[in-house]
Amino acid sequence: MSAAYDTAAVKADFPLLVERTIDERPLVYLDSGNTSHKPRRVIDAMTSFMETTYAPINRSSYRLAGEATEVYEGARKAIARFINAPSADEVVFTKNATEAMNLIAMTWGRANLSEGDVVVLTAMEHHANIVPWQMLAAERGVEIRWIPLTDDGQLDLTDLDQLLERAKVLSFTAMSNVLGTMPPVAHLCERAHAVGALAVVDACQFVPHNPTDVQAWDADLVAFSSHKMCGPTGIGMLWGRMEILDAMPPFLGGGNMIDTVTFDGFTTAPVPAKFEAGTPQIVEAAGLTAAVEYLEGLGMANVRQHEMELTRYALDTLNGRFGDDITIFGPDNVEIRGGVFSFMFRDLHPHDVSQVLDETNVCVRAGHHCAKPLMKVLGAPATTRASIYLYNDESDIDALADGLEGATDIFGF
Amino acid sequence: MPGLEDLYREIILDHYRSPRNRGELEPPAVKTDGHNPLCGDEITVYLDVDTSTGDGDAATVRDIKIGGQGCSISQSSASMMSAAVLGRSVGDTKALLRRFKSMMGIEGVELVEGDSDAELGDLEALQGVVKFPVRIKCAVLSWNTLANAIDDATS
Repeated sequence: MSAAYDTAAVKADFPLLVERTIDERPLVYLDSGNTSHKPRRVIDAMTSFMETTYAPINRSSYRLAGEATEVYEGARKAIARFINAPSADEVVFTKNATEAMNLIAMTWGRANLSEGDVVVLTAMEHHANIVPWQMLAAERGVEIRWIPLTDDGQLDLTDLDQLLERAKVLSFTAMSNVLGTMPPVAHLCERAHAVGALAVVDACQFVPHNPTDVQAWDADLVAFSSHKMCGPTGIGMLWGRMEILDAMPPFLGGGNMIDTVTFDGFTTAPVPAKFEAGTPQIVEAAGLTAAVEYLEGLGMANVRQHEMELTRYALDTLNGRFGDDITIFGPDNVEIRGGVFSFMFRDLHPHDVSQVLDETNVCVRAGHHCAKPLMKVLGAPATTRASIYLYNDESDIDALADGLEGATDIFGF
Repeated sequence: MPGLEDLYREIILDHYRSPRNRGELEPPAVKTDGHNPLCGDEITVYLDVDTSTGDGDAATVRDIKIGGQGCSISQSSASMMSAAVLGRSVGDTKALLRRFKSMMGIEGVELVEGDSDAELGDLEALQGVVKFPVRIKCAVLSWNTLANAIDDATS
């Protein structure tokens, strides 16, 4: 591991990982692709905010409300800085990344797509970047096309020109939650723009693990979530170019999103309030700012470097110890993959694998990972998935491998 | 905490490794699919009901086959279920279904008089699943699918 990065010190920042035991053993948390744990700083920020500063935002004139509004808007600034957005006003808070993807399909999609138009997705998308488009397709007669995969789980871009013909949208993941694959985002945005299509990036898995620069990507709309990047649940992010967000119709109607309302109708508030109906996640925003500051303190380049090294260690350890008995999906090159390891172990069903791993507190996910079309491509109805984050180290990977040995014993191979 | 030996009893692993009554049946046998959307487990129950012994509960399970894929608990439960209901009357099968779901602690299952006569046999081995609440849905999947198959076959 790189000398600059002290994993033990990082892990010590996470109370649950240090203090919680089951059967008097600590947890080996390898499910951060699902959701990440929270450092003390985030927990304290939320508690402290509620103890000292909590109030409604944007609608009351007393000083406390002004302070709370500043905290909420501070999260917007922190996120803009974190992804190098040109303006904090381009950051919209949603319930989660899934809601952000739905917002895109239901507002931009409804305003711009009609029968015969084409939406291009990839074969490795999460359901959150599939179903909203399918809902729209059912409503509007929109055609959905799929970028296929190579054998090692990368996007096969051979026929991209044909796929993009008549395309109005190219919407794709920046990092697969199943394969770990990180497609060439800037290249795909460029190809989308070359045919006049909107470039939408599902960056839910990417942002927590990599330095992110939405301007370098030249993306149009980007969705991601707080809870995978050390922040609280309940708050997600949509970043978009102002001219695009500005032209989109509103999503949910209600308080905060209006300019004025009469008996005859309404006019909308400017972006981002236009997309934030009702009382938002004020406490969560306080926690999110702390999460961003925590990640900035570690340095995302350092996080990425640590995870690349640990990903290499994990691939080598699992393949080295189990050889042909394990099949790990996705590319082997850690330059283009993140620390997500979906695998089949012998012919054991993933539920049984995860059950055995739970005996030694190794927490992994078993199932289809909300990517059923991809499971079909892989020829696996389900996989076991271990996913790492900034607090994991080699001992966690060793514990995973030791746990898999235990599965061998129980099922009698 | 319960040990894994409570879950993976030898009889369960035996049914997992050597599932009974795997296969398909042609119509007029009914085919009913069940799946667990959370984990992707899939079970298909092919059920052939003989009504020469009577209609409704008096009919007999003449043949049953199981298809699909899933974890050791869902697959062994399906295998044991198929062995347990083959040749039974529909009424007895329903009684067994209620007893099994009751053993699994499923809410809203009310045993009726006479259900205790329905012997669980090997199925008792699945009792340990109750100690692993996340896995109860695996054990019950095939039974819920069978219930739908019975409805299809006797309606």
